[in-house]
Parts: sequence; structure tokens; C-alpha cells
Amino acid sequence: MINPTAPQAIAALLTDRMLELRASRRRALVCYVTAGHPDRAASIALVQGIADAGADVIELGVPFSDPVADGPVIQASSQRALDGGMTLDRTLEIAAAAAVRVPLVLFSYLNPLLASGADVLIRSRDAGISGILVTDLPVGADPEREQWIGGGPLAFVRLVAPTTPVERMAAIASHGSGFVYLISRLGVTGARDDLPVDLPATVARLRGVCSLPICVGFGVSTPTQARAVAHLADGVVVGSALVQAAERSVDEAVAFVRSLRAALDGA
Amino acid sequence: MTGHASETGRFGVYGGQYVPETLIPALDELTAAFDAAVKDSAFMDTLNGMLSTYVGRPSPLSEAPRLSERVGARVLLKREDLNHTGAHKINNALAQALLAQRMGKRRIIAETGAGQHGVATATACARLGLDCVVYMGEEDMRRQELNVFRMRLMGAEVIPVTSGTRTLKDATSEAIRDWVGSCDHSHYIIGSVVGPAPYPRMVRDLQSIIGREARAQVLERVGRLPRSVVACIGGGSNAIGIFHAFVADADVQLIGVEAAGKGLDTEEHSASLLRGKPGVLHGTLSYLLQDEQGQVHPAHSVSAGLDYPGVGPEHAWLKDSGRAEYVACTDADALAAFGLMGRLEGVIPALETAHAVAWMLAQRGRWTADEPVLLCVSGRGDKDVAQVAKTEALNQ
Repeated sequence: MINPTAPQAIAALLTDRMLELRASRRRALVCYVTAGHPDRAASIALVQGIADAGADVIELGVPFSDPVADGPVIQASSQRALDGGMTLDRTLEIAAAAAVRVPLVLFSYLNPLLASGADVLIRSRDAGISGILVTDLPVGADPEREQWIGGGPLAFVRLVAPTTPVERMAAIASHGSGFVYLISRLGVTGARDDLPVDLPATVARLRGVCSLPICVGFGVSTPTQARAVAHLADGVVVGSALVQAAERSVDEAVAFVRSLRAALDGA
Repeated sequence: MTGHASETGRFGVYGGQYVPETLIPALDELTAAFDAAVKDSAFMDTLNGMLSTYVGRPSPLSEAPRLSERVGARVLLKREDLNHTGAHKINNALAQALLAQRMGKRRIIAETGAGQHGVATATACARLGLDCVVYMGEEDMRRQELNVFRMRLMGAEVIPVTSGTRTLKDATSEAIRDWVGSCDHSHYIIGSVVGPAPYPRMVRDLQSIIGREARAQVLERVGRLPRSVVACIGGGSNAIGIFHAFVADADVQLIGVEAAGKGLDTEEHSASLLRGKPGVLHGTLSYLLQDEQGQVHPAHSVSAGLDYPGVGPEHAWLKDSGRAEYVACTDADALAAFGLMGRLEGVIPALETAHAVAWMLAQRGRWTADEPVLLCVSGRGDKDVAQVAKTEALNQ
């Protein structure tokens, strides 16, 4: 259990962690889990387990009924969580109950945030959340709501895609904080067998216009792939493969994170 | 009154581009390509030529004397059911397929509910030699077996969608997921005035031929504008299509009929404008059926084409501004009107259209007998005959 950490310190956890890692030349291991999957109790144990197993950042996914950016594995985990009664408010309860020192990033579609009300960002911070990532709110899409989120207490993680032109990459980098999430390939989330051949070029293009740490996700599913990405970027995001492991058991998911950590540290 | 949305992609506060970052460049490319195409006379000549010689436009304006007597007004039918493929959907699908060809995209993605948009897209792709993939909810494939067969006959690949409610909402999500992974070589032909900008404006512009023709036809026939223009609303493309030419005519009432399903006060309806709250689904901010936590609430309608929890953002804006009036009609009343219109006029309407007919039948006294009221017959009911026969057998 942590806290008595001040709320401001919680919000700064993400930025500080990324800077520390960069200073020590270590790569960030960013792990995605769907809140409430496979159930509430397991979800808390999972967050705690993967924090202990070496995750540097944990993305806590808010399940949504219509996740258009997600492939079959995260869709199914979201549906299972919703069927179990998971909500945004209960996601925040999981964050608070897990009480880990690793920075937590709320990973959500926009509609649950809008429905939750203007104070959702403050309630998130109070639950121990450091950052926020909104899948369907690209830079420039809704300046008023982007200002609401960006001007709030959480670090606002923005996404870059392989289709993003370089001028737009620069604009995205200047609007984000914490780190920039680079989507490795066209398509939705989900494990893939190989890394895209143009990934090094995409990372280099982004690096040229972005001073924030760059974490690469989408399709990274094995320790070998994670190690390969670690040679290019500041961090690697693993989602669907971890959710798939969690579907089998918390222990299996934790062991998987340990194997990813070992691969990155050997990189 | 603006509502053109060409600069901002918005209608008032509604609309927008709430999509994964990957799609932003594809939407920018599409916006530029559409705006250039409509200014290119060669493109417009090709489109207008095909609308005339392939689709069969202009569609006729029919008198409906026996229905008029029941309604207590001079009902005029805008016959989109007589278009090739049997609905208004071809106006949009054909134009977007031509646009895709112009953009050099050889693979087309579409979603479909009742199957009419899927059939229209499969048709346009066959005609232009493009590959076609249609996502359709498993539940809708069961309800609209005939249209599944028609799409496959024309060489389209129909992919069953088994997630969520297995209807139009999930078919649309699946089509978007496909496009997120294929936008470099595929074009997504969305079937209604929904989705991220520029789709609501683009599909509106492509469907507005319905209202432009109808306005001229009514003026020529009757010598005045209609008192009311009535259309059914799921996503709202036939309604926007017929409304658009009349928006500036302040004396013309615009009336959209949503699906009340088993009743507006039940949990089973598709009345997003009457019972929803603003929210974001499929890239756009509009009225949406959703719960307190912002999860999308499943819609219900006997008509697969209206069975959608969202609605086009321009309708949200027309509602808030008071320019259009939105009402609803239940499954049971639509089914009754479906049969009645066949018996009275020899026109079997789509179940979607039957909602608008049913609402009019309940309005006796609203108009005088000689007042012209324009009804958009969005499609023909052939696709619904088997389902209605089953429903009637169950009720006997």
C-alpha cells in the first residue's frame, strides 16, 4: 500500500517515471489490462501482480460496448467485464484498491468519460491514476474537450499512427504529455507474428519531431518482439497477448510480464 | 441557416471526427477527394449519366388517391422504391464507388442492416469492377436472407458479424475495424448520414437529389410547395435526402419518423432523437441510446434498417434548432401500415417506409384534403415479405 502521496505527486508519477527510465537508459514496459477482466477481484490481483513483476506503466482499460479500435481479444475481455457489471466508476475503484506504485494510465473511449461528468479527471487522480489516453479523440478533433482533458490533473497521452504525416506527428507530440503512443501498424489491437518492416522508419520520423518518450504498441505479443521494439523506441506496450494470458489465469499473466521484463532488461 | 459543415465537419455542436488516429489521414484524403470530384464536371457527368441510365432517375412522383383519403391530405409518393436495387441507397453507393475508383482504391467495405445498402454497394462494385466486402449482423442475415443471397450473386463477400447485438451497430463497428487496417487501399462506403466527417455531409449531398427532384415535381404538379415532408429515420439518409432541398422553405414542415419498436416507454425501441442523449458512437457526436455509464444501449426495431442506436448529426441539429419535428411509430403500427399500403395503392413499401406511412395514417385532421404532403418511399418491401409472413403466422 502506498499513499499518503499527495495528489499532485500521483499525477506526476507517469512523467517522472518515463524521465527516470530515460536517464537510466532503460526501456519502459507498458502493460495493458482491461478493468474487470476476468472479474473485479482478479483484476485487482492482476494489477498488483504485474506491477511487482516489473511493469513500468499499467494501462487500465475502461470497458466500452463498441470498441472500434480493438481486435477480438480486447473486445471479448471488454464484453466479459461489462457482463460482470464493470463501469468507469468501478474501474477507478480497482485502481484505488490495487494501490500500486507503478503509474496507472486510464485507457478509455470518449463516451464513458463524457457520461461520467466533468469531475471524472479529478476523481481519477484521487483514485491514483496518473495519465489518460482516449482512443477516439485524435488531436484537433474537439479542441474544447481536448482542453478539458489536457488542462486537467492527468498526463494526456496522445497517439501517433503509421499513417500520420510528419507535420501532424509534430502537432501531436506538442499536445501530449507523459509519452507518445506510437501505433506500430495499420489495424486494430491484437497479437501478430511479426513486426512491420517500416517500423524503424516510422519511429525515426517521429523521433525527429518529438522530445517525449516514444512507446510502441499494437501487435507486440512475445518477449522476442518486445526486445526488438526496445532497440528502436523508449518503451513497448503489450496488450492483447497479456489479456489473453489473464483470460487463463492471473499467475500466467504475471509470469508473462516477468518474461517481457527479462527480455527488455537483456536488450 | 447553414448546416453545410464543409469547413468544420460539424452541424452545430454535432458531428466531428471521433476516430482512431490511423483514420485521420484517410478522412482528410476523402474530404479533399470528394470536394474536388463534385467540382469536376467530367466526374459529375459520369455520375449523373449513371443515375439516369443505370439507376433510373429521376424517380417518379406518384399520386396516392386511396391513401390520401385515409390520411385526409393529398399524399404524394416520392418513389425511391423504383430505383435499381429497390431503395434510395444506390444514390449514395454508386457515387461513392465512383469516388473510390477516382481515388484509386480497388477494394470497397460496407456495413448493412436491412441489406439494402449492402445490395446497392455490391451492385455498384459489380458494375465498376471493384472488390466488395459487406459486414452484416448475424441476426440481420437471418431477417434478410434474400438480400444476403442477392449480394453474393453479385460477387460480394458477406461477412457475418457475431459480436454484440449482431445487428447494424456491430456491423458498422466491424466495417470501421476493417478500414482501420486497410485504409491505404480500401474505401469505406458508409450507408447513412452517420460516421465521422465528411460522411454525414457527403452522404447528405449525394442523397439530396431526392429532395431536389421532389421539390420540382411537386411544384410542377401542384403549383405549390408541400405542407409537410415525411420520411422514416434510422441513421437518417433518406430523410436528410428529401429534407435538404426544403430546409430553406420555412413553411414546409419536415417530419422524421423514428422506430418506437415495442413502445417509447419500453427498453426496446430505436428512437435515438426522442429518447437518447448526446454521445459519441462510430466517430460522430449525436443523439445516442445509452445508459448512465455511457455504454451504448441496444436498439430494437422490427425493421432491420431502423435498428440503430445512433442517428445522423444533422438530424440532431435540426431537432435542437426546431427546424424538423421528430416523431415515432411502433412495430405493430408499421406492420399494419405495411399491408394497408399494399391494399390501398398497390405499393408494398419497405418496413422502414411503413413507419412513416403509419404515422401519417394516425394524423387525420392535421391537414386539409387538398394540402400536398410528400412522403419518401425510401424502398420497396420485397425484402420484408418473408419476415412479415412469419410474423403474421405467429400472431394468428
